Amino acid sequence: MAELLFWPALLAYGEAAVAYAGNARNPGRAGRLATWGVRLGWLLQTGLLAVQAERSDGFPWDTWAGSLNLFVWLVVTAYLFWGCRTRYRLLGLAVMPPAAVLLLAAGLGGATSTHTGGVYSSTFLVLHVGLVLAAFAGFTLAAGLAVLYLWQERRLKHRRAGAVLGRVPSLITLDTLEARVVAFAVPALTGGIVAGFVRLRSHGGSVDALMGVTLATWAIFTGYLVLRHGLGWRGRRAAYLVLAGFALVVVARLGLPLTHFA
Amino acid sequence: MNLLLVGTSHRVAPVELRERVALDLEQCSELAREVAAVTGEAVCLSTCNRTELYLAGDGLQEAVEQAVAALADRSGADLRPVLYRLEDEAAAIHLFRVAAGLDSMVPGEGEILGQVRDAFEAGATGPLLDRLFSQALHAGKKVRTETAIAESPASVSSAAAALAEQVFGDLSGCRVLLVGAGKIGELAARNLVSRGAVIAAVANRSLDKAQELAGGFGGRAVSLDDIPGELVRVDVVLTSTSSPGQLLSRADVAGALPGRKGRPLFFIDIAVPRDLDPAIHELDGCYLYDIDDLESVVAQSLAGRRREAGRAEEIVLDEAERFRAWQASRDVAPAIASLRALAEEIRESELERARTRLERLSEAERRAVEAVTSRIVDKLLHVPTVKMKEAAAGADGAVYADALRHLFGLGDDAASGRHPRQ
Repeated sequence: MAELLFWPALLAYGEAAVAYAGNARNPGRAGRLATWGVRLGWLLQTGLLAVQAERSDGFPWDTWAGSLNLFVWLVVTAYLFWGCRTRYRLLGLAVMPPAAVLLLAAGLGGATSTHTGGVYSSTFLVLHVGLVLAAFAGFTLAAGLAVLYLWQERRLKHRRAGAVLGRVPSLITLDTLEARVVAFAVPALTGGIVAGFVRLRSHGGSVDALMGVTLATWAIFTGYLVLRHGLGWRGRRAAYLVLAGFALVVVARLGLPLTHFA
Repeated sequence: MNLLLVGTSHRVAPVELRERVALDLEQCSELAREVAAVTGEAVCLSTCNRTELYLAGDGLQEAVEQAVAALADRSGADLRPVLYRLEDEAAAIHLFRVAAGLDSMVPGEGEILGQVRDAFEAGATGPLLDRLFSQALHAGKKVRTETAIAESPASVSSAAAALAEQVFGDLSGCRVLLVGAGKIGELAARNLVSRGAVIAAVANRSLDKAQELAGGFGGRAVSLDDIPGELVRVDVVLTSTSSPGQLLSRADVAGALPGRKGRPLFFIDIAVPRDLDPAIHELDGCYLYDIDDLESVVAQSLAGRRREAGRAEEIVLDEAERFRAWQASRDVAPAIASLRALAEEIRESELERARTRLERLSEAERRAVEAVTSRIVDKLLHVPTVKMKEAAAGADGAVYADALRHLFGLGDDAASGRHPRQ
C-alpha cells in the first residue's frame, strides 16, 4: 500500500518540478499544472504517512530515510501553506525539484517500509524529531524566499526590465514572509532542542557534533529575529543570514545518518 | 456578406484627420442608431486612434454610404483614401485584434478593451453584433490573462510606478516625497497616487508653488533644505526639478538610512540634468532609476510586448474560428428547426387521419403509438441533424442548409429571430 502511494506522490512532485520550470519560461498553464501537481503529490504523501503511522507500533519515521520522507512532507506542507500562489510560482522552482529528489532518496533508502519498534519512545520522537524537522522545513522555505529575494533585488540593482514583469512578489513581501516563516520555525526548533536535552539528561549521554550544529542553527535564526526586530536588519543582509542558517540545516541533515543512524 | 466594417485608424490616417472624425460616446450611439435603421445592427467605435463602424444585416452598402457621408460632412475632408473596409471573417478578426490591443500603437494597452465595451453598450446590436462584440471582449480578456502582453509598463511614469511596486508591493499607504513642482513630476506623481501612494510632501525652490501642489495632493510643502530630513519618513522620492546641480548626495542618503530601520528607499529621478547622485543606487536598500534607466526599461518591456503579441495572435485566431463556427451554425439552425417542424407536422396529421382506427385502442395503447411515432421521427432525423451541425462547423453550413431547404421544400426562415436589441 505504501509503495502504491509513494511512487504516484513522487511522480506528482516530479511533474510539479518540471511544470514550474516550464512556467518560468512561459507563465500560464504550466504554472497551474505545477500547483495541482504539488497538491496531488502532497495528498498522496499524506496518505503514505497516514498508512505508515497506522501500521507502525511506535514512531514510524525514526530511520534516516523515514525522517527524510517526513522532512519532505513538512517542506511541501509549509510551501502549500505559504507559497503555493500565482505570484510565488518561482519559489516552487526552488522548492519542488529538491523535494522530488529528496523524496526519491528517501524512497531508495527504504522510506516506504513500515518500521516496528525503535530505540526511542514515541512521545520523545514526536516532540524532538517532529519539532526539529518542522523547524528545518520552515528554514528551508525561508531559504527559498531568501534566494528569490536576492535574485529579484539583483535584477532591480542591475536595472533589468524583467524586474517589472510582475511575476515575482515585491521585495517587502518576500522579506516579510521570510521573517514570518522563521518566526514560526524558531519556537519549533527551540521545543525540539529542549525535548532532546531533557532526554539527554534523563538517559545520560554527551553532546555530539550534530547537536552542536543544531544549536548553531538555532543561534543563527534566533539572532536573525533579534537583529531584525532590534536593529532593523532586513533585506539583503537578512537574506544572507537565512542562507547561512540554511547551510547549517543542510549540514545537520547530511550529518544525521553519521551520528544517529550509524 | 453578413458583417461589414468600415473605418480609419492610426495605421492609415494622420492625427489631423483622425481628430476630425473622432466621436464621443453619445455621437457614436446616435450614428449607430441611424445606420441600424437601415441595416438592423450597428456599432460605432471611436477612440483617439480609430473610428470604425461595424454593421450587420441587410442593405449594408446603402448604410455604409450614409455613414461615410456623415463622417465626411463632419470632418470636411475626403475620407475615401484613408478608409478601410473589411467583410465577414476579416472584420471579426480585426475587431478581436483591436480588443486584444494588437492593433494599438502600444501593443497590449489596456484602455481599448473598455472602449470596445462602451461602444458595444452604446450600439444598436442584434444577434450577430451581440455575439461578435461579446466574443471580442472575451478574446481581449483572454489575451491579457494568458499572455504577459499587458504586464510590462509602456511609459516612463508607469515604469517608475511598476518598479516601486516591485519594491513595496501594494503602493497603498506608500509615502512619496515629490521634489519639484513641474508638470512632468506632477504627472508621474499622479500615476503613483492612482496606485494607492500618498504624496506626503512636496519640496520646491519656490515654497508657494510647493504649497499649491501639495494642497492638491493633501501633503505638506517643504523647502529643498528639508529633503534629507524627510528621507526618514518617506518611501519613494520623485525628483523633477530644473536645478543645475545635485540636490541629494550619497552621504545625505546614507545619513538617513539608520533611521529607516532597514526599510527600502526608492528614488525616481526624471530631471535632466539629474537631481540625485547616481552613487545612491549603491547603498544597501536604495534603488535609484533616472530617466535613461526608465526609458530603457520601457524599451525592453515594449520589445517583450511585441514578443508576446505572437501568442496573443494565436488566441485571436482561435476566437475568430469559434465565431466563424457559430456564424455557420446560424445558417443551419433554422433549416434544422424547419425540418423537425415539418416532420412533426406530418406525424401529427397521419395520426389524425388514423384516429378512427385508433379509437378502439385503450388510452395506454394510444400513448404507446404516439411514443413510437415520435421515436421514429427522432431517429430518422438524428443523423441528418448531426451531419448538418458538423457541416456548419466546417465551411459548408450554408450550402447544406440550402440543399436541405430545396430537398424538403422548406421555407426560407433563416432571418427569423434577427431583430436588433435596440
